[in-house]
Amino acid sequence: MNQPHDRPDAARILARTLGPEGPELSCEQCFAQLDRYVELELAGADADGSVPGMRAHLAGCPACDEDHDSLLSLLGAE
Amino acid sequence: MAMPAEIPRAEPGVESADASSRELHERLNTAGPERDAAVVELHALLLKAARFEVNRRRDALPHLRGGDHEDLAQESADDALLAVLGKLGEFRGESRFTTWAYKFALLEAGVKVRRRAWQGREVPLEDEAWAVLADARRGVSHEAETRDLIAALGEEIERSLSDHQRTVLVAVALNDVPIDVLAERLGSNRGALYKTLHDARQKLRRALAERGLDVGGNDRSEER
Repeated sequence: MNQPHDRPDAARILARTLGPEGPELSCEQCFAQLDRYVELELAGADADGSVPGMRAHLAGCPACDEDHDSLLSLLGAE
Repeated sequence: MAMPAEIPRAEPGVESADASSRELHERLNTAGPERDAAVVELHALLLKAARFEVNRRRDALPHLRGGDHEDLAQESADDALLAVLGKLGEFRGESRFTTWAYKFALLEAGVKVRRRAWQGREVPLEDEAWAVLADARRGVSHEAETRDLIAALGEEIERSLSDHQRTVLVAVALNDVPIDVLAERLGSNRGALYKTLHDARQKLRRALAERGLDVGGNDRSEER
C-alpha cells in the first residue's frame, strides 16, 4: 500500500517521477492481459516476451503493480 | 501513450483452460436454474479473492473493526460479480476463466481498500512535494550529477507541465497518493490519470534531456 515515506530516496523519486523508459501498456491493456500474463509467469513461460509493455507498465503504475502482485499471490496460494 | 503495435496471442498449451473453470463459464452462459447455481458458485469464488485481497491490505486499515473487513470483501465480491457477468462475452479463453474472474474481485477490493484507507484524509499539498525533493537533494549532496538532476526535475515540474499534469504527478509520484484515490477526488479514473502521468513523465524526460542531463539510467523499478 502506498504510504508516505519518512526519508525520500533519490532513486525512488527519480523512478516515480520519470517512470519507465520505452513503450508500455495502458492501465486498460494491463487489466485485459493481467490474467494471461500471470498464468504465463506461474508456468515459467516467457510472460514479458508474450505481453510486451507489461513489465514497464507495472514498474510505472503502483496500482496495477499491486493488482498484479495480488493475482500472482492468490494463484500461488491455491 | 507509446504502445506495442500488437499483443501476441498465448502460446498453444498455455492457452488451455482447465475443465472445471471452463465448465463454470459454460454454465454461466446458459439460462434457468443451472445458470443461477453457476452465479452462486462464481460469487463464492469472487468472495474468496476479495477476502484474500482485503486481508493482504489489512495493515492499511488499522481503524477498521473485524466486521468492516468482511463488509468490504462482500461489497467487492458483489461489484465484481456484476462486472464479470457484464463482460462474460469478452472472455477469450486465454487464461482459466477463474483467473480471469479473480482479477475483477482483486481490482474491486484493492480500490476499495485504498479509498477506505484515505477516507477523511486530505491529499497532500504541492508544498509537501517540494520538501520531498529538497530532502532527496540533500540526501545526495555528495553526488553532484544526481543532485543536479533532482534540482532540474523540480524546475521542470514547475515550468514544463500543465496544471493538471503537475497535480497528478506531484500527488502520485511525490506524495504517494494512490492513483485510485486521486481519481475519486478528481472525478476521473485510473486509466485517464495514468495517461496524464505518462505524458507528464515523457515531458519531463524530454525537458531534462534538452538540458543535457542523463535520464536514461532511471528506467528502474521503484521500491515496493
